[in-house]
Amino acid sequence: MSHAAVEAPKTFGMMAEFDDHQQLIKAAAAAHAAGYRKMDAYTPYPVHGLSEALGQKPTKISSLVLLGGFIGCIGGFGLMCWITMVAYPMNVAGKPNYSWPAFIPITFETTVLVAALTAVFGMLALNGLPQPYHPVFNVDRFKRASQDRFFLCIEAVDPKFDPGSTRAFLAQHSAEVMEVDA
Amino acid sequence: MDKELVQKPIAVGIAQDPVIGPGHDYTTVTDKISELVLTTKIHKEWVIGFLFSASLASLLGVAMYFLLFKGIGVWAPNVPVGWGFDIINFVWWIGIGHAGTLISAILLLLKQEWRTSINRFAEAMTLFAVACAGMYPLMHTGRPWLAYWMLPYPNTMGMWPQPRSPLLWDVFAVSTYATVSALFWFVGLIPDLATLRDKAKHTVSRYIFGALSMGWRGSADHWQRYEMAYLLLAGLSTPLVVSVHTIVSFDFAIGIIPGWHTTIFPPYFVAGAIFAGFAMVLTLAIPMRAFYKLEDFITMHHIENMCKVMLATGIIVVYGYFLEVFFGWYSANEYEKAVIMNRFTGPYAWSYWALIFCNGLAPQILWWKKYRRNLLLVWIISNIVSVGMWLERWVIIVVSLHRDFIPASWGYYTPTIFDEAFFAGTIGLFLTLMFLFVRLLPSIAMFEMKLLVPAAKARPESEGGH
Repeated sequence: MSHAAVEAPKTFGMMAEFDDHQQLIKAAAAAHAAGYRKMDAYTPYPVHGLSEALGQKPTKISSLVLLGGFIGCIGGFGLMCWITMVAYPMNVAGKPNYSWPAFIPITFETTVLVAALTAVFGMLALNGLPQPYHPVFNVDRFKRASQDRFFLCIEAVDPKFDPGSTRAFLAQHSAEVMEVDA
Repeated sequence: MDKELVQKPIAVGIAQDPVIGPGHDYTTVTDKISELVLTTKIHKEWVIGFLFSASLASLLGVAMYFLLFKGIGVWAPNVPVGWGFDIINFVWWIGIGHAGTLISAILLLLKQEWRTSINRFAEAMTLFAVACAGMYPLMHTGRPWLAYWMLPYPNTMGMWPQPRSPLLWDVFAVSTYATVSALFWFVGLIPDLATLRDKAKHTVSRYIFGALSMGWRGSADHWQRYEMAYLLLAGLSTPLVVSVHTIVSFDFAIGIIPGWHTTIFPPYFVAGAIFAGFAMVLTLAIPMRAFYKLEDFITMHHIENMCKVMLATGIIVVYGYFLEVFFGWYSANEYEKAVIMNRFTGPYAWSYWALIFCNGLAPQILWWKKYRRNLLLVWIISNIVSVGMWLERWVIIVVSLHRDFIPASWGYYTPTIFDEAFFAGTIGLFLTLMFLFVRLLPSIAMFEMKLLVPAAKARPESEGGH
């Protein structure tokens, strides 16, 4: 705590504000073309084409969900088989212990359950949520990122980042450029 | 070029009414919807409605107390009618819930934009209806604190549930449905909770919404994962909702009771569920829209489309009624024929003909556009349909059971005051939760509504759609 007062506040990055998503996509594409990589955009609703403009990798969540569904499917069917054949075999109307058609409804439900849990918790985990603190919240105007404004933030960890030139670069695209404290 | 894109009709029948009123932008959508939650003003009408519902819900507490104190003998089911109000109401509530999933999942996959303003509260309706439905099997066990015995887990008794029984399928279907519906609803809420966190003036509400939104900041990287996860959840919920009511219908169709043992049950139950659910959405949406002045967001376009879905599913249900009669004849089985004749002319004939009126005749008025646009009439029809769908389960369950194979065991089922109090109590619980929901959480999805604003539809020249 004590040394923080001595050091100058570090910069997290440089942030630009936009009126609509078209300007934002243009600026994001320009930033990517200018060689910036460590950056992110913030919008009140999902904007298609923005991730691509920023050069972000497409999400892997679908394969995770497929895996989850697979585990749920095998697990559910296996559990039913194990119950009826090993743990608690019971003669019901002369049906064989391995009466697999009767296990399908439960297998389906466990498949959906595990896949859905994977989709939700996988999405949260990949997004790093819950995350109570993030430097972008230090910007007062950032409150409107969840309402009606669009933001692009080039982060200081980017090798090309330089407070002066990055600010100048963003100013070409946006009237409102501000520094984000770390 | 952008103009063209904006004005391109998205769904059939969109020409007359827009899905969002004119003159809205991101700011007005956010303000209008968040205002309903963040205002400190409490309407007198809300308080009256809430107190009425809460007192009805407290009746559920009384009914449960007597049930647990005296045992399930206070309920009417007994030989030959071993299933009464408990399963009728269970199926009724589950069915109502299905419209929420249909609106949020199936209509999302079909890219029906009109779902957007009604999906959030339809999903809430699903959750609360499933909660009410769950009360019945839970309480019918007589010892709800031991309900976990229904789940497969290693126990000292060395016993396991029986996976060949549709009742165990039900346990898995309903618990999965409740879990997935809750997840779907909550995931949909996260960005809106972040909006409320950023707009809230009061420290306490800022902390609560802040904690619930988990630090959502609308990052592009997060959005793309979020959208994919949401789409996958919709894809998973779609077969799930069909499977749940199919399995509920298996509770009957797998049995050999005349009147239950037909192959038409699964599709006819699923259509009935959607029918009942849309009726309930309309029953709730029409007063809410008027009270909170949401005509710009829930437009006549929504009301008309919901009426059309109700009409279509209603016709499927009526087709099911015809097929039941057909199977009764075609089976060439005396007992099957007797059940059908008993429905037409037996001691419960009133309920069968009331059912035909409520589900078969009354909704046909919705063929006319003039009547689909008459809100009072639509509201009345929706209530008639809710009653009709309740009668359908009554006819299937009570009327099929009360005349057994041996005339000596025939009986007449009448619910007791405890059955009725329990049912009234669940209605109270449902309404109480709805009242709390519209006051405490955004009842219309803000971020999705923003996608309908004209500015959001404009695309940069280089982009060719998504």
